[in-house]
Amino acid sequence: MGIALALLGAASAALFAGIGSAIGVGRAGQAAAGLVTEDPSQFSRALILQLLPGTQGIYGLLIAFIALSNIGLLGGQVDTGMSVGTGLMYLFACLPMAFVGLVSAMQQSKASVASIGLVAKRPDQFGKSMIFPAMVETYAILALLISILAINGIPR
Amino acid sequence: MSDNQYYYAVARIRSKELGLLNQSFIDQLLGAKNIEEAMRLLQDKGWHMPEEYTTESDRVEKMLSAEKKKTWDLIAELVPDMSVFDVLLIENDYHNLKAAVKEALTSDKHPNIFSSGGTIDPQVMKDAVESRDFSPLPDEMEAPASKALETLLHTHDGQLTDVIIDRAALEAIGAAAKKSGTPVLELYAQLKVASADIKTAIRAVKTGKDKKFITEALAPCETLDTERLATAASEGMDAIYDYLSLSKYADAVPELKKSPSAFERWCDNLIIRNIRSEITHPYTLGPLAAYIIARENEMSTVRIVLSGLINDLPEESVRERAREMYV
Repeated sequence: MGIALALLGAASAALFAGIGSAIGVGRAGQAAAGLVTEDPSQFSRALILQLLPGTQGIYGLLIAFIALSNIGLLGGQVDTGMSVGTGLMYLFACLPMAFVGLVSAMQQSKASVASIGLVAKRPDQFGKSMIFPAMVETYAILALLISILAINGIPR
Repeated sequence: MSDNQYYYAVARIRSKELGLLNQSFIDQLLGAKNIEEAMRLLQDKGWHMPEEYTTESDRVEKMLSAEKKKTWDLIAELVPDMSVFDVLLIENDYHNLKAAVKEALTSDKHPNIFSSGGTIDPQVMKDAVESRDFSPLPDEMEAPASKALETLLHTHDGQLTDVIIDRAALEAIGAAAKKSGTPVLELYAQLKVASADIKTAIRAVKTGKDKKFITEALAPCETLDTERLATAASEGMDAIYDYLSLSKYADAVPELKKSPSAFERWCDNLIIRNIRSEITHPYTLGPLAAYIIARENEMSTVRIVLSGLINDLPEESVRERAREMYV
């Protein structure tokens, strides 16, 4: 039971953060396509803004890797006798990345879409336009940090 | 339709907004010495220049209709269900209904009285009126079409016919705006109905209509008490000014006192000022609707300026009629 809970935590981190990023990159991609339709020279700028909501998926993957590695699933030394308490610890340690990853990716995509609109009107303001969606990234990084610290703090 | 379907469309519109005419361009256009110079300025902005035309007015009309087509073609590319913008086109349908009803009772046929760009094919409208079978028309148009035709047949009163159709048009605009679920279109319809009701009230005073006629002519409006407006209109111009001074449209009073064209300008400017916030909305249908309204507004200003140049009107009098721009 413990190992199942730990696995659920790792899967949640990859799953929810991944879903958030997929939605976010998709949304920003539509806006980027709209901008490039009118002005193909803006492709690289639009691409960078589109990719910003994609980082949460990478953070979720990282957390899932660390969790799977710590519980021995990657090395083939699975601790089948893991206690429910330890399993729950892994599950809760993964939750910050799972939920903050999902929500922040979706919100960041809205900021990215707005910034693509900004670049459409003022291409010279690209630097500033990146800052707005990047601010949302802060919270994904904080969640990533907490999840890493929590997973590494679980006694093995 | 869900708002999250317009990320692509709004991004394209953001780029297109760069091509909209701004106030400084309008000032430049107003300063043009002749029609050639004005047309050259517009051509530099990417406006269509017709190669074949009979008169300068014909050239201007061809240019404006090409620009209108360009706008609607773009929107059709971006929005799969165009019915959401019916609110902006319904006026043309009711104009065509008016033309069809009047044409049905005269022996003369005038193919050019029908306006393109509505939601219903003018021929369908003509056939419906001629055959007295209004079923091919939308439900909300059937009753007013039949009533208008009957009224014209029995009274030969063209003005009364216009009143029936105009009121039906305003009600249809309000209903279509509500159906669209788009706040900017609802606001547009609200301002359109309010300004039309004020114009009707003013015209009623000038032509000495009674309260019953005025009450029937005014379309229901959320921001105007039409009962009070009708009472005021039956009392006289000062009563209208007094009522409006206490309403949301108090700013209209000085313009109404100036001239009808000053009031028309004020109405258009009010719509533009109210939709301007759409410039910052990143993914709703609002920016698309606002873009269409902004394009229509700049085309009407270009028509005013170019007509002024063709007819040698003084720059100041043209400047007074030029509308505020969206960007």
